[in-house]
Amino acid sequence: MGTDAAFRIGTGAGFSADRLDPAIDLAQCGELDVMIIECLGERTLAFAHRDRKLDPTKGYNALLERRMRALLPVCREKGTVIITNMGAANPRAAAERTVAIARELGLAGMKIACVEGDEVTDLLEPDTPLMDEPGILGDISLPTVGANAYLGADAILPSLHAGADVVIGGRIADPSLAVAPLAYRFGWPPDDWKRLGAGTLVGHLLECGMQVTGGYFADPGHKDVPDLAYCGFPIAEVQQDGCAIITKLAKAGGCVTPATVKEQLLYEVHDPHSYLTPDVTADFSDVAVEPVGPDRVQVSNAFGRKRPERLKVTVGFEGGFLGEAGLSYAGANAQGRARLAADILEERMRNVHCVQGPIRIDLVGVNSLFASAGEKPSDTEDVRLRVAIRSPNREDAELMLWEVESLLCCGPAGGGGFRGTIVPSVVTRSVLIERERVRPTATMLVA
Amino acid sequence: MSGARRLVRDIAHARAGDKGNTSNVCVWAYNAADYPLLKEILTADRIRRAYPDLIRGSVERYEIEHLHGLNFVMREAVEGGVNASLNLDSHGKSWSYLILALPIELE
Repeated sequence: MGTDAAFRIGTGAGFSADRLDPAIDLAQCGELDVMIIECLGERTLAFAHRDRKLDPTKGYNALLERRMRALLPVCREKGTVIITNMGAANPRAAAERTVAIARELGLAGMKIACVEGDEVTDLLEPDTPLMDEPGILGDISLPTVGANAYLGADAILPSLHAGADVVIGGRIADPSLAVAPLAYRFGWPPDDWKRLGAGTLVGHLLECGMQVTGGYFADPGHKDVPDLAYCGFPIAEVQQDGCAIITKLAKAGGCVTPATVKEQLLYEVHDPHSYLTPDVTADFSDVAVEPVGPDRVQVSNAFGRKRPERLKVTVGFEGGFLGEAGLSYAGANAQGRARLAADILEERMRNVHCVQGPIRIDLVGVNSLFASAGEKPSDTEDVRLRVAIRSPNREDAELMLWEVESLLCCGPAGGGGFRGTIVPSVVTRSVLIERERVRPTATMLVA
Repeated sequence: MSGARRLVRDIAHARAGDKGNTSNVCVWAYNAADYPLLKEILTADRIRRAYPDLIRGSVERYEIEHLHGLNFVMREAVEGGVNASLNLDSHGKSWSYLILALPIELE
């Protein structure tokens, strides 16, 4: 890792399906000390558990192979350490696969650390209270697929001390991917809450990738973003005190402005005074956001208090099936024809097939995403009937798809473009667990 | 366009995020001068009353004075959350535009 005053962390992915080419650009040109690759959400993890049950060698990020093949050689050449939660529900398999890829690429001697111990299914009792809602775990009468505690920077640090080139874990908290290398590089004590709060701010701003460099932001004419098709991933240049400049490669598309940074500052944050992670209770309420150059924004003045005594755990359950189907109507009275189709569908699902569970019917183009928020008149003549169903039984979803497709010949005039899909669903709940009961481990594998 | 009602969108930008069945939308005034107006018109109560069928729980508002921002935390507002919602947008990513669509002039 570098010895300059500023420590450079870049993002190589901010979610499971994130782009790869800007990660390669950043690894090649970003002069990075560390690249974090954040690929885990509550749903992603629950699905990974399902994948692992079906095939014990799977259960990690589906793009790991492609990401590692592209990034391992360049990160090794540049001396950039990769820290990632791509291991998802199977960090060991992910690490072993990465070792195999490194060997294939001739990267002998590369040190790949595997962080485990986040899987805590065996530690949970049915009387564990649910977090943020009434009830206990035992109330959920669905088969469990897995339960993972959010590990913090302390789970990553031993691997960094041991000289890992790559650290692969499962449910490591997103900002901790950045906090760990900062604490390691600058020697932050584990109870230096102010600087851990500052490091958490850096991790929080980086963890969603392009959401701080112009992604999830553009609104043409209101908030324009240059060259969004080639948007760059972010870089943080972090000082010893945790103060940082957020930037991107000059040649990359996108932008880093106070506005992009502010929107990400409170993304999925509730009380800005109290952002809980395994490492610290971070306080973003007084953060200063200042432009210091083109596509360069300085963030400072994050604070922190003692870390929570208990760790958050995501518990995943089998959730039956989600079926979705659609059929389109265009031209004169398209809305009237689509509404008639909706009425027929509702009638037949309830009274011919006697399906009781939740079914939702939207008229896309008239009112769909905001249907629950309120009705709004529309004069569109291009409408898509969209039907969604959740059911423990695949048969209910299959019936719904069949009914929508039958509308081609049996429904209103001029309906076309049937598509339907059925996907397995998962349900997640959160609980808390005493920190002492969770024992992260680290194993070093060598290519 | 004379007579067109001004919307929150004309003076502010916003982003939505979700955790379970809770949605948060942070709203930022483009210009510091508009922040007092934003604060006056976008109360937690107004947000809740604007979309009662969508926002089933409480709404809390946090103020980030020095950055001219408001953060709204809306409980029971994601139609059951990403794993239960039948909405095409099961995360509620588009909820920011519900807040931005509110008129500035109070009726």
